[in-house]
Amino acid sequence: MLAAADEPVQRPKDAKLLTVDSAGRVRHRLRSDFVDLLQPGDLLIANDAATLPASLAGVHLPTAAPVELRLAGRASLRPSDIHRFSAVVFGNGDWRSRTEDRPLPPLLSPGDQLALGPLSAKVEAILAHPRLIRLTFDASPDAIWAGLARHGRPIQYAHLSAPLAPWDSWTRIANLPAAFEPPSAGFVLDWRLLGALGARGVCFATLTHAAGISSTGDPALDARLPFDEPYVIPAATVAAIERAKEEGGCIIAIGTTVVRALEHAAAGGALCAGEGVATNRIGRDTPLRVADAIPSGVHEVGTSHFELLRAFAPDDIVQAADHALNLLRYRTHEFGDSVFLERFRPPLTELPSRPV
Amino acid sequence: MKHGNRPQRPLAGLRVAITGGTSGLGLALLNQFAEAGAAVAFIARDAERVARTAQELPGTHGFVGDVAKKDDIYPLATAIAGSLGGVDVLINNASDLGPVPLALLADTDCEDLERALATNLLGPFRLTKALLGALAASARIGRGAVVLNVSSDAAITPYPGWGAYGASKAGLHHLSRIWNEELSELGIRVLSRDPGDMDTPLHALAVPEADPASLRSPAESAQELISAIAEALPQPALLAGSTA
Repeated sequence: MLAAADEPVQRPKDAKLLTVDSAGRVRHRLRSDFVDLLQPGDLLIANDAATLPASLAGVHLPTAAPVELRLAGRASLRPSDIHRFSAVVFGNGDWRSRTEDRPLPPLLSPGDQLALGPLSAKVEAILAHPRLIRLTFDASPDAIWAGLARHGRPIQYAHLSAPLAPWDSWTRIANLPAAFEPPSAGFVLDWRLLGALGARGVCFATLTHAAGISSTGDPALDARLPFDEPYVIPAATVAAIERAKEEGGCIIAIGTTVVRALEHAAAGGALCAGEGVATNRIGRDTPLRVADAIPSGVHEVGTSHFELLRAFAPDDIVQAADHALNLLRYRTHEFGDSVFLERFRPPLTELPSRPV
Repeated sequence: MKHGNRPQRPLAGLRVAITGGTSGLGLALLNQFAEAGAAVAFIARDAERVARTAQELPGTHGFVGDVAKKDDIYPLATAIAGSLGGVDVLINNASDLGPVPLALLADTDCEDLERALATNLLGPFRLTKALLGALAASARIGRGAVVLNVSSDAAITPYPGWGAYGASKAGLHHLSRIWNEELSELGIRVLSRDPGDMDTPLHALAVPEADPASLRSPAESAQELISAIAEALPQPALLAGSTA
């Protein structure tokens, strides 16, 4: 059985780390040993998206019914491209209720007005599900930024013992507010650890990827996850990857969002710097062009995060890792334990001994 | 950026955040950065003054908030980094004088000292920490990153009557020096600069009888601070302008 981590502590002292090396060998370690897993010349890449306060409480004006909107998608990360979002809408309730138990919102129609604290928005379209809409905010970009920043709250989790504060949802390296839920694999990082990496000769680079909603509680919607996610990869990061590859270092992508962005940007062959929108799904049959290893949170079988791990190792190894996680009751979710999975490399077939 | 015969604009495209941006030194900094083509976000407590300043300087991004309030910091950091698309320079300028009129420490209410510390020391610490990821990202991609904390000679010299202000600025000055040591490896420079005695609302509160003609203009001090920031930035980033 996996257990849900219920305290919003980003770097619990007793955090566990399950490692699976490139030969498929499974080991239990402490996450504080993370730096020891990396070799000089390796390149660690993190998602430096800060987490938007993407949960907006408000009212559906045609019915006066209370609603909670969870912003879930955006076309790009440009500062002024902040008017249009896709969003998942819940009926009445708060963070204590599991999303599975949250009622549907009132019947939403294009043109409906939503009052969201200082912001007002219009429903533009229903996206083939009564909870999923596209909306437009009616204000200047600065007024939208100010309104979201003031009125929004981080998306909350019913499995936690208390509501998340904004600072709980930002990694230490949080840069551009872009993620809808925290890129939580990056919680492992703090400035001391980044210093230790440098001392060990491990390089560090980042990209910014709008990590989306991890779960909606609705099976039909969850089957559509992950939604499209815009990202930006700096030229300096592409250069660092090329340098590390040339020199034989491993590319270690912290979390599923980094893998998704890198593999999307490299889908055409060469890895491209700049903006993109990740529409790819990564799973068992996805060839990995960039990432050699992934440190990630502990995810349950069947979630899109878990399925992504199958790109790194064959089913029997992933299954063995899942069995080990369950046996030692690793903690799941944003503030839980971690896994470190290296891309499987089948052992070279032994050459027959030369006849004498 | 075009070169040709046009004078080079080394600050064009730089993403700058200024606290206390609607009066005195902050407003002078805002004017000069905006004039130089930088992308500037500023914050201040008074909504009306923020709106008016943003209107007078189109293209600047004004946000309402109080750096002394813990719960304002993340909303401000979100709005600043979101509207600018990142942060290269943070100027912690907003300051609180402590008791008005100035008082001997023995006559200073604890609440006045707490407010001065919250605005002048804790606020800059919290905002810098919240924006450190953005600053580090700028440094990583070669744009450079600078935090400038506005200090005072009262941070060094024990002027009687300036206890709350002087102690809070002394704390900020030392915080800046330690942070500069710790962050230099990341390519982030943290500066602490005394802008001198200026003809500003804060100085008028402190020394109402001062002759304005004997004081520096905020514009002159702003010019010096901007030069110090420009010197602390890597030159290639300046020449390249906006390269995000």
